[in-house]
Amino acid sequence: MISNLDYVTLQQLWWVICSVVGALFLFLNLVQGGQTLLWQVAKTETESAFVVNSLGRKWELPFTTLVLFGGVLFAAFPKFYSTSFGGAYWVWMLILFSFIIQAVSYEYRTKPGNVWGTKSYELCMFINGSVGILLIGAAVGTFYTGSSFVLNDMNQVTWKYTLGGVNLRGLEAAFSLFNLSLGLFLVFNARVLGALYLLNNLDLGAVSAMEQRLRKAVLTNFICSLPFLLYVLVSILLRKGFGVDENGVVSMVSFKYFFNLLALPHLLLSLLAGIGLVTWGVILGARKGSVKGIWPAGLGTVLVGLCVLCLPAFNGTAFYPSTFDLQSSLTIYNASSSEYTLKIMTYVALGIPFVLAYIAYLWKKMDSQKLSVEEVTDHEAY
Amino acid sequence: MIDVDPSLVDWSRAQFAFTAMFHWIFVPLTLGLSVLCAFFELIYLKTGNEEWKRITRFWMTLFVINFACGIATGIILEFQFGTNWSNYSWMVGDIFAAPLAIEGLFAFFLEAGFFAVMFFGWNRVSKGFHCFSTCMVAVGSNLSAVWILIANAWMQNPVGMAFNADSARFEMQNFAEVVFNPIAITKFTHTSSSCFVVGAAFVISVSCWYLIKGRHVEMAKKSIVVAAVFGLVSSTFVAFTGDESAYEVAQKQPMKLAAMEGLYKGERGAGLVAFGILNNKKTAGDSQDAFLFEVKIPLVLSLLANRELDSFVPGIDDLVYGNAEENIMGVNTKMEKGKLAVADLLAFKQAKKDQDAAAAEDALTRFGVNKDFMGYGYLDTPEEAIPPVALVFNSFHLMAAVGSLFPVIFGAFLFFSLKGTLTEKRWLLPVGIFASFLALLAQQAGWVTAEVGRQPWAIQGLMPVKISTTDLSATAVQVSFTAFAVVFSLLLIAEVSIMLKAIAAGPEGHTK
Repeated sequence: MISNLDYVTLQQLWWVICSVVGALFLFLNLVQGGQTLLWQVAKTETESAFVVNSLGRKWELPFTTLVLFGGVLFAAFPKFYSTSFGGAYWVWMLILFSFIIQAVSYEYRTKPGNVWGTKSYELCMFINGSVGILLIGAAVGTFYTGSSFVLNDMNQVTWKYTLGGVNLRGLEAAFSLFNLSLGLFLVFNARVLGALYLLNNLDLGAVSAMEQRLRKAVLTNFICSLPFLLYVLVSILLRKGFGVDENGVVSMVSFKYFFNLLALPHLLLSLLAGIGLVTWGVILGARKGSVKGIWPAGLGTVLVGLCVLCLPAFNGTAFYPSTFDLQSSLTIYNASSSEYTLKIMTYVALGIPFVLAYIAYLWKKMDSQKLSVEEVTDHEAY
Repeated sequence: MIDVDPSLVDWSRAQFAFTAMFHWIFVPLTLGLSVLCAFFELIYLKTGNEEWKRITRFWMTLFVINFACGIATGIILEFQFGTNWSNYSWMVGDIFAAPLAIEGLFAFFLEAGFFAVMFFGWNRVSKGFHCFSTCMVAVGSNLSAVWILIANAWMQNPVGMAFNADSARFEMQNFAEVVFNPIAITKFTHTSSSCFVVGAAFVISVSCWYLIKGRHVEMAKKSIVVAAVFGLVSSTFVAFTGDESAYEVAQKQPMKLAAMEGLYKGERGAGLVAFGILNNKKTAGDSQDAFLFEVKIPLVLSLLANRELDSFVPGIDDLVYGNAEENIMGVNTKMEKGKLAVADLLAFKQAKKDQDAAAAEDALTRFGVNKDFMGYGYLDTPEEAIPPVALVFNSFHLMAAVGSLFPVIFGAFLFFSLKGTLTEKRWLLPVGIFASFLALLAQQAGWVTAEVGRQPWAIQGLMPVKISTTDLSATAVQVSFTAFAVVFSLLLIAEVSIMLKAIAAGPEGHTK
């Protein structure tokens, strides 16, 4: 069956696969969101231990998903990989640094001889959950707002944006209200997910005071996220988009993303269902006694993420547009790997459901009992 | 042609070398210790003896401390291909990236998923499932090595692909050839077995320290027996795979082999340099001796390189300036062909832009004649094709010398352990402590040989490093290099400090 897929279908399929991985990463940002809540919801050492140990059993998953996201983008859309990572150098470097410092923080935070002190590692976690996610949001925002680059005949990228003679290499993405709003929305949404996950994972009887703070955090962070979500949605509906005609010529098209939503109703449905599910999750999370809010909110995040990532790529749209030279803009058709490589990768992708299945199985197995005081104060605990 | 700031190339190269070498401090221990943890736990599962559980948990604690730093320093390597080597990413992403994606999907998730069970699941899952999880972490770690080494091997010996002039990049033609690249097979077997040596050496080092201090003696003795058996088998295997690896280098990267041996003038029945001091003033093409002092084993290099005692092994001069007698084309000729290929490719692109189909077809035909030499078209002088000989020669000989000690070291530990006299051999215990440092030194030297030895190529013979970089300012890379140096150093300080504290605390500090 895979051998019969045509090139265009493969290109579209691989953008969907990349989007699924990206959307799952947004769900798993519950770890990052939880990290930013540490100082807010945990007031005692035991409470801190609960938060860190609960998140610490999952911290590798978003990290690995980010690596996989990079890997599949590189394999399926190498021109995007080289253009974006090479061009927006500082944005990606800062994101990567925020994950580098996160990776050791759980393991080293309370270990004897950790040199830099517990608070330093907690600060690293906070930076990862706030600055890291904000910048990821800003980077995704450039799918809609564009970046200032040009590609030559050999597809080599030159980044053009300068401020005072200094090439900002992607940091200018943070100057866009749209990009910033998307980033802040992701930060607050991650905090909502983090609080919901902790409510689900902890033995709340042991941390009843923290439970109230967590439920409050669910609600306040959701409310904080709304203006940014609203701005992003309205802006998407109203802004000009980067349309591509049948000859591959890129031009600015009014209400492009609005028309994309109409032309791709499953994305509209995904967006609306996603927002509804997140809201449902928040309502569950704010209600005393309920701990299941993470599941609808998580699924909702995945659906919203899918829409945000697919909307600027389909229906004749350039997903990585250049504001400096429109014709350098990347589409899923001019940025992809060869047909042969995409076919091989599609065979490989048949393993994805298997991987998801055993991750879900392990998650269920490890979380079948709530995290107890004994476990978080064990010598091997984080 | 592409104008590239040489200092940008040097800084990009330095940053990649620094981050890769730093990452490789932790990776060998992860690969080796993960397998040993699995062995320890399998023994526990089989015997039901709680002492083995205690041993397993102790080594697992040290494994995790190291693992965290390995992960932290590893993420940058994949993304650095994009951030600092974007031309490379575009030119070969169609082939090179697939193994990286597969690594992420199958290896990293296996590690990440089962890691939490391995470390936190003692009281949450059955004994059998816990042991299975530990084994899966070891499998995942080593599976990761498989795919990354397939990618690396492809850079050393690009197979299963063709250049597409339309897209101006190399594209995959045969995935099986990429995966079963002979260099990949030797690279994986040699690298993974040498990582097992590091794991075994580490266990012996820590255990020897306990024996000297008279602490946790039973645990140390038991650990040494398992590590010594594993280390002896692994280090013996390293020697065999090393020989196979050198043979493949001789066939696919003769310039690297010539640099490894400091061989300037090719010869039949060439001898292997067992020990030598290079003449630093020696340059390609001159008549000076390559060595100030050397001890050679006659005929062995020919045997090793071609499996024939009297076969010809080309030297640097033969490869750079050509050797008509041995039918070796010089770099000068390759450069001429390469420059024609580059010019024809540019003419093709221009004709396509001008929509001149006839001119495009003509240029493409001409390009096809010389396309295999395209990479040489970017070299400025024939001598640019020579890697830094002294660094490659010294690294290779350091790796080989240190590596050859390990079967003896592990053999000695196993022998005296089985005789029950290990604790009486006070002279051997300090050697054991030093073993893990030697193993890491050999690892680093091996990678310097492999990677510096293939310079100036990013993709052997096809794409020099200098045209692979991102169009950045050298200052930008200097800043990020400094940031990496600072952050990684802070991480290393913490890692070493925590590791030492954990070792000092011993198994009692880690079990309830």
